[in-house]
Amino acid sequence: MTATAEAPAAEIGQERRRKEDQRLITGRTRWTDNLTLPGMLHLAMVRSPFAHATIVSVDTSAAKAAPNVIGVFSGKDVAEDQGILINAWAITTDQVTPTHTPVAVDRVTFAGEIVAVVVARSAAEARDAAELVDVEYDELPAALDLKESAEDKVLAHPDLGTNKSAFWKFDSAEAGTGGNVDEAIEKARGDGIVIEREYRQQRLIPAFMEPRSVVVDPTGEQLTVWSATQIPHILRFALAATTGISESKIRVIAPDVGGGFGGKLQTTPEEWIAVALARRVGKPVKYTETRSESLMAAHHGRDQWQKLTLSAEKDGTVTGFKVELLADLGSHVSLVGGGVPVLGAFMFNSIYKFPAYQFSVQTVLTNKTWTDAYRGAGRPEATYAIERIMDELAVEVGVDPLEIRAKNWIKHEEFPFTTVAGLEYDTGNYEAATARAKEMFGYDELRAEQKQRREAGDRVQLGIGISTFTEMCGLAPSRVLGSLNYGAGGWEHASVRMLATGKVEVVTGASAHGQGHETAFSQIVADRLGVAFEDVEILHGDTQIAHKGLDTYGSRSLVVGGEAIVKAADKVIEKAKPIAAHLLEASVDDIEFSGGRFSVRGTDQGLAMADIALATFTSHNFPEGVEPSIDSDATYDPVNFNYPHGTHLCAMEVDTETGRVTMRKYVCCDDIGNIINPMIVGGQVHGGLVQGIAQALFEEAVYDDAGTLVSGSFVDYLLPTSADTISFEIDHTTSPSTTNTLGTKGVGEAGTIASTPAVVNAVVDAVRHFGVNDIQMPCTPERVWKAINTSSATGGTTEGAAMPHFDESEPGQSSTEGAGA
Amino acid sequence: MTKISLTVDGAQVSDEVEPRMLLVQYLREKLGKTGTVIGCDTSNCGACTVHLDGRSVKSCNVLAVQADGHEVTTIEGLATDGKLHQVQESFRECHGLQCGFCTPGMIMQSVDLLNENPHPSEQEVREGLEGNLCRCTGYHNIVKSVLHAAGQGSTAGAQS
Repeated sequence: MTATAEAPAAEIGQERRRKEDQRLITGRTRWTDNLTLPGMLHLAMVRSPFAHATIVSVDTSAAKAAPNVIGVFSGKDVAEDQGILINAWAITTDQVTPTHTPVAVDRVTFAGEIVAVVVARSAAEARDAAELVDVEYDELPAALDLKESAEDKVLAHPDLGTNKSAFWKFDSAEAGTGGNVDEAIEKARGDGIVIEREYRQQRLIPAFMEPRSVVVDPTGEQLTVWSATQIPHILRFALAATTGISESKIRVIAPDVGGGFGGKLQTTPEEWIAVALARRVGKPVKYTETRSESLMAAHHGRDQWQKLTLSAEKDGTVTGFKVELLADLGSHVSLVGGGVPVLGAFMFNSIYKFPAYQFSVQTVLTNKTWTDAYRGAGRPEATYAIERIMDELAVEVGVDPLEIRAKNWIKHEEFPFTTVAGLEYDTGNYEAATARAKEMFGYDELRAEQKQRREAGDRVQLGIGISTFTEMCGLAPSRVLGSLNYGAGGWEHASVRMLATGKVEVVTGASAHGQGHETAFSQIVADRLGVAFEDVEILHGDTQIAHKGLDTYGSRSLVVGGEAIVKAADKVIEKAKPIAAHLLEASVDDIEFSGGRFSVRGTDQGLAMADIALATFTSHNFPEGVEPSIDSDATYDPVNFNYPHGTHLCAMEVDTETGRVTMRKYVCCDDIGNIINPMIVGGQVHGGLVQGIAQALFEEAVYDDAGTLVSGSFVDYLLPTSADTISFEIDHTTSPSTTNTLGTKGVGEAGTIASTPAVVNAVVDAVRHFGVNDIQMPCTPERVWKAINTSSATGGTTEGAAMPHFDESEPGQSSTEGAGA
Repeated sequence: MTKISLTVDGAQVSDEVEPRMLLVQYLREKLGKTGTVIGCDTSNCGACTVHLDGRSVKSCNVLAVQADGHEVTTIEGLATDGKLHQVQESFRECHGLQCGFCTPGMIMQSVDLLNENPHPSEQEVREGLEGNLCRCTGYHNIVKSVLHAAGQGSTAGAQS
């Protein structure tokens, strides 16, 4: 089946080379930090070395006396105009949300929080002077451990009296989407299988390559803000809403943006400070963070404890799944950070037909950097939990892990399928993707090799890891976001403008940070309007040009933003038809549009889109009532999410004497519906895979006992290198989405979501015969070695205290009704 | 302040600089050559890689005064006579970049790698690029780009 009625088009599906690349490969890129304005001043931040402390005094006198320093400002100094950072997603009506000022005033709540700002003529002078700011602190006990913080052992904000921010729950019995999970588990304790596990989602750092940078020019009619951000429109709204400046007087420009992965989905203190101080000094200012500042103070991701209970019949048919989460928000509830676990709530059942499901999360404040969206946001955490525990079920039943998945997944003929979490999956074919991945992998041969190595007692053992996944992407139907108390809609806007020469300008609210929108969107427009790929120009990332939009995150650019472009292009065609009819002296009803040409049905008379564009520009002989314009706008609100899926298979070699793990082979077959540009899709998959693999093997934001970020540079925060990775084998099956006319599904997060459990499943599989059933991420050689050498006593390596239990009686408990699409 | 004279992308330049100024700062702030970028504080990421007398260096690891009397080539000077270097072409051809922030450094490192070893194996490419971090591509297509450029056979001596 296909979702589109029209014949396959010329551009869509082609491996078009990217339009973006010319400037990127020649160094002519427009990074925010490249910008220099006349009279521009520079900012440097003074940041707290303590996780939690009272600010006794801030002495700025020495800094003010330093060369070329224009001003030095503490939190008290800018109290009147620094504003308050907004939280856009209160997941419950009584969520506990500490007030969040850009510059701390009386107390610091994480190491890296800004306590003073220096304005100087050069960046170097600003940094020098920042060293001279003398801050006296009175250190307070810090809430650092997530489980202990959840029990209020130390308070991150003593004035609030609790660290518990919100408790949110979904229960399939209450929602009417399934049965009672406690009953299912109780029954399975009698005559079935119950598996209980606790998994840790370690804290990660998005670590985009371009450090954040912001330039603010207050000197013109407007306040102009350049920022390395994923969300220029949301930033403009937030600035307007909190400063009282009219939106029309604020122009936000996101020029070329060097990566984001959710890490630039934030309205940051640094942006607020730059705005406030530029207005104070009346001159343009620039702030560009150092890498250590970025790692310390740009938001982090993940950081959850997951307590899982899975019930099944003896043959492996799952009967219920109960998920209890603790989520570390860090010191404040950031822009959408409070909602990230809730976004994942609907995905723990993944591709499976679970009869009963319950999810609850307690969000917790600590004295660490705040957490928010990071590639996949909620869905990697969910996929990890279910794909790890399905392996445990397979072991318990004594069957191949692929068999346990096939027994429980939604069959191809059952789509569309409403899940136990209330989502309607439009299309999918798990059988086809799995069969293809298995074939590419050489599954049976590798299993045979594994058996042979195990029997021979080889020093290097082989493990095979499986991850099947689906995700909800294309964020999001506005009514769903509304039902979850999210503070914005999920629509996207586009304009398609026909220029007099026949070239096309397309404006999109979805601005890119490396994904290749200019290329993919041009391909869509070229096909839709029948114009040349080269004749399409995509404009984005400037709120004065792209005046409406909801920006880029959650794999929404193509499936929501792209669909808005399709709708705007279709309006162009409809508006052009009466003009074509007039010029061709025919009835509108007789005008057909195909291949970029308007023709009179049954004749060889016709005009190209370019002819209509020129005629509209001149409009010399238009009759009254015909508008001399075919430019069109569309705002598209998705009717549903879409649900990419796939099967990933990974072979890992584990040196049982050193604990070192090496990737041997990785294959995946993803189904992302129709593909616009296979080359770009391949790149998204590769990059996503490595980010997920990095969680499994390398990355972890580590704090010491005093709350200092130990992994505060690229020396300590281990990003994988080219030498740590391998080349991947990827392929696709296609079940076009029925929720957009292009038939596409999102791909930006898929690789990251799927690869983490595939890798950890493989590592555990390699050493399971030593009695290992879990290794905490990242699976460093030390952890793997310890698992091999201590597991027979413990059965696993779960670290830390027991998971506290929460229920509706806890503060912040007023649960919001979960809503599916 | 110290007086320096050097050649940058074929042009002779002289300047007074603070002794502590890094080469990358000199290129970006004094010469406006913003193609070379700064990605970290610790010389780990390689985004600032340029050529100093034909060999790749991390320009955050070299003082501007150390470049006195030497020849520097940046990404902006890599293309000659309006023609892209083969490695630049290969990165575009093989989708060896996404956000593009690491790309100038990655390309400069790759050119040096191929000058040294015109026909590297995949493993040699992976090891040769180990000092340059990329967060977008998973390295898959970067490695492919370098191997593709090697296959084109015209890298050595194109720019040294």
